[in-house]
Amino acid sequence: MPAVWFWLLALLLGAYAVLDGFDFGVGMLHFVVAKTRTERDTLLRSIGPVWDGNEVYLVAAGGTLFGAFPLLYATAFSGFYLPLMIVLWLLLFRSLGIELRHHIDNPLWHHLWDVAFSVSSALLTLFFGAALGNLVRGLPLNEKGEFFEPLWTDFRVGDVTGILDWYTLLVGITAATALALHGALWLVYKTDGDVCDRSRNVVTRLWPALVLLTLATTLASGAVQPQLTRNITRYPLGAVCPLVALAGLAGMRAFLHSSPKRAFLASGAFVLGLIASAAFAIFPNALPARIAGRQLSIVDAAAQSSTLAGMLCWWLPGMLLASAYSYFIYARMPKTFTTGGDEH
Amino acid sequence: MTALGLHRFQFAFTLTYHYLFPQLTMGLALVLVVLKLLARRRRDEDYDIAARFWTKLLGVAFVMGVVTGIPMEFQFGTNWARFSRIAGGVIGQTLAMEGVFAFFLESSVLYLVLFQEQKLGPRRHLLATIALCTGTWLSGFFITCTNAFMQHPQGFVIDPSGVIHLESFSALLLNPWAWIEYSHTMIGATITGSFTVAATAAFYILQDRDLVVAKKMLGAAVVIGTIAACCAAFPTGDQQAKLVLAHQPETFAAMEGHFHTEIGAGMTLIGQPNVEALRIDNPIRIPYMLSFLTHQRWNTEIKGLTEFPRERWPDNIPLLYYAYHVMAGLGSLFIGLMALSSFLLYRGTLGHSRGVLWLIMLAFPLPFVANTAGWMTAELGRQPWLVRDILRTSAGSSDQVGPGSTLFSIIGFMGLYAMLSVLFFMIVTQQLRRGLSAKEHA
Repeated sequence: MPAVWFWLLALLLGAYAVLDGFDFGVGMLHFVVAKTRTERDTLLRSIGPVWDGNEVYLVAAGGTLFGAFPLLYATAFSGFYLPLMIVLWLLLFRSLGIELRHHIDNPLWHHLWDVAFSVSSALLTLFFGAALGNLVRGLPLNEKGEFFEPLWTDFRVGDVTGILDWYTLLVGITAATALALHGALWLVYKTDGDVCDRSRNVVTRLWPALVLLTLATTLASGAVQPQLTRNITRYPLGAVCPLVALAGLAGMRAFLHSSPKRAFLASGAFVLGLIASAAFAIFPNALPARIAGRQLSIVDAAAQSSTLAGMLCWWLPGMLLASAYSYFIYARMPKTFTTGGDEH
Repeated sequence: MTALGLHRFQFAFTLTYHYLFPQLTMGLALVLVVLKLLARRRRDEDYDIAARFWTKLLGVAFVMGVVTGIPMEFQFGTNWARFSRIAGGVIGQTLAMEGVFAFFLESSVLYLVLFQEQKLGPRRHLLATIALCTGTWLSGFFITCTNAFMQHPQGFVIDPSGVIHLESFSALLLNPWAWIEYSHTMIGATITGSFTVAATAAFYILQDRDLVVAKKMLGAAVVIGTIAACCAAFPTGDQQAKLVLAHQPETFAAMEGHFHTEIGAGMTLIGQPNVEALRIDNPIRIPYMLSFLTHQRWNTEIKGLTEFPRERWPDNIPLLYYAYHVMAGLGSLFIGLMALSSFLLYRGTLGHSRGVLWLIMLAFPLPFVANTAGWMTAELGRQPWLVRDILRTSAGSSDQVGPGSTLFSIIGFMGLYAMLSVLFFMIVTQQLRRGLSAKEHA
């Protein structure tokens, strides 16, 4: 039962990364692909109906983590105290950037929130990537199984690690690049004219960088987390996760010109594959430790199995309902957002 | 301040600020549904105009609620790790349910309500508004349910290591404390929503602006406000007080400022609690009233705080006493103001009674104060426990997070929330200046 919840949670986090990921990407590219005020309006309109719903996947993942793995929730959230507070503040700025911009008709007001939206999107992807990197690398758990990580120490992957070191920064940059591409592909798919052309250009330029970064991250992960190679030999089926990511990586480039929708879905598969690979790399631990023997396993972190079983009874129908709402909203969206148009 | 004190202060501060917005959105969402129903029933476009005005403000309040609400969920883990470790298997359930059942619904329909009125047509837009209202009220239920478990835990077992396991989902969701506290809380939110609408209507009527729409809006808000103000005292407030008396007797004594056991106990209206001397200084009392209100008989015994061991006393008795008295005092004031307004509305003269309109307009901040004071009563009254009789507050905070880190986040939140307040007021004042019937422009 704990393993079932581990993979459900990985799926939920993956869904969050895929969905909110593209509006983060759009945010990062806000000044790159949209040059005028009306073009920036177009970008915001293209995520307007869905970004809030996408962010709810984060809140739902947080709640699910709390209910299913209370010990993990408590240990990880207090250990990541400082970066989480910063993430909360960045999320606040991002939401305000999207929602307050259109309330007051003044160029300075618009510019302020454009910058807030763009900068917070970029920093958030970096932090989320670094958080994922921390999980894969392992945490400085003490003998009580708790930890408190400073933001950085000496940027080396030693015994006294910080949130940011060369490895987690590498993962952070890879995540930011991947989501920038993901956002660009959303814009290729959902907009037309100059915005669409510039977004396609971004994809063409960033794609080789993403390939290199993915390769580097994969090699570094194998070096930093030995569990990864052990798991591959023990559960060869798990190789599906990185293979999905690889297929997505190839697909987003291959379909770029022929089918923007497929290219976007391929980059979604890439993001999902990355999250799944990270989950596979630490399985069966919930929190790997820097010092062997102190890790927190999925079984130890989980609530008791009767609770987990009861939770499944309301969670599955609830999430089906939630996906139905999401589908309903996505299906109602206009096919393309034209600059200067009004598809509200 | 100690490390524990800082954790408590941070949660109290961020929660108090956060709840200014949800009480408004839950209350406004209900008023909005009523306005839209009136528009359809009476085939009156004016109610639609009023509804559109409030939809825009609801959108802003909703965003504020979301951005200040996400930190609340996180802080269970960041600041209260030991509590989450021990009780997470239970309270994590209701918090997860809120995300899955309420937030997805709200975030999906909010966009439809805000931007798609034209496309949906009146009937489906009404349905979307009802769905939004349902979402916000569901959200309120799951949160109150979480709090109810902490106030009056049931449906659990404790294992030898001290961890609380959930034994019965139905006992968690059907906790009587949850349902009474929820009713009282939602009535409180309805007061905030209706008073805000009434105050805004009075603001326009007093300036002779948008008179037709403003008067209709005022009428609807006063009727809702009257019903809510009465229900806040009876039955919901009364029932809540009886629950506290039955299950948290020392809290009841502390919030009433009732130090010594008495037969035929009087009720203190005003006075300053003097905890060292165990008495109320400068009291104004109604004799026998406390006995009568709690047991409906004049000569019953009410236990005083001194009957209970000190280590079970709430740790901030004066603040608890004031919070409760502010809430109850304002609640009485609301009943008076709404009774008067309803009477004038019935006679058809409310729209010209400038004195009463002034009062309605100036009363707008008071429901926010009353709701805040009410929650302070609940939360200070729960002390010294995090989970009543099971886990003390001092044993629940994150021991890995030092005071330096906590102070860092407190200062950050204070700065950001000060900025949020300024932004919110900028947008609200601009909306007020545009008037009720301003053409859509965003």
